[in-house]
Amino acid sequence: MANADFEGRSYPADAPYSVGREKIREFAVAVGATHPAHHDLVAARGLGYPDLVAPPTFAVVVAQRTESQYVSDPEADIDFSRVVHADERFTHHRPIVAGDELTTVLHVDRIVSRGPISMVTTRCEIYAMAQHVEVPSPEADTPGEHVATVVSTLAIRGEDA
Amino acid sequence: MSRPDIATLAVGDVIGSRTVTFDRAALVRYAGASGDLNPIHWNDKFAKDAGLPGVIAHGMLTMGTVVGLVVDWAGDPGAVVDYQTRFTKPVEVPNPGTALIEVVGTVGVVDADAGTVRVDLAVTVDGAKVLVRAQALVRL
Repeated sequence: MANADFEGRSYPADAPYSVGREKIREFAVAVGATHPAHHDLVAARGLGYPDLVAPPTFAVVVAQRTESQYVSDPEADIDFSRVVHADERFTHHRPIVAGDELTTVLHVDRIVSRGPISMVTTRCEIYAMAQHVEVPSPEADTPGEHVATVVSTLAIRGEDA
Repeated sequence: MSRPDIATLAVGDVIGSRTVTFDRAALVRYAGASGDLNPIHWNDKFAKDAGLPGVIAHGMLTMGTVVGLVVDWAGDPGAVVDYQTRFTKPVEVPNPGTALIEVVGTVGVVDADAGTVRVDLAVTVDGAKVLVRAQALVRL
């Protein structure tokens, strides 16, 4: 049973994730994404992007890294061997491109347990930091340019479910 | 690459369909590329101990793969401004062998003022839905 005390919790902007060209190409190959804008710089620039464009679900790589702050916390009581993915949503405020330095703010929006099943909804707000910034500033109003929102719900089955 | 003309689109239009296949190598490749190393996606014993019929594909592999139909139709990966789904049924991947996933994209909503189209994806394995409410909002 997921620990309900975590509902409403937020985490500070995390250490930046550097989006690399080869990571975009590798992820694109893994999801069978053959559009040239994922692979070829000339094609990406031809569409008006500064660099290779990430596939629509690439942000999950960034989000899952951030979510581990919460789901790997023993206090959160999430048994990963009993987790199934219930739903996922990506909202892109602008496409993620190679060269982005992304920092993410994690929110635990909802924890609902019914019988032996817990449903946990997290929200990752992903920001691109300005080029000269190396770590997110805790004083800044926003960690950077808002690029994506990733909302994910996990279902955790109890021992007898 | 030509882009669809929103003025010519109507609700119910089929944008295309395709069949994609996953074998165990595809699952391992996605595990590595995504960083999702959960053993239910590559270890039969672990998957069975977790109460699953066997190794299953990452829901995110299915979600990430089927949207390629929309990206290729739109002609620009950045045109997909919102994409969501619910995962209803795990996709079992045999060893040896492949899982066959059928994808059909249909125009669900046309918003000419906003310049957006919602594409609804029907995603099935052996006729059973594996994704539900799989919707991509595309800016044209």
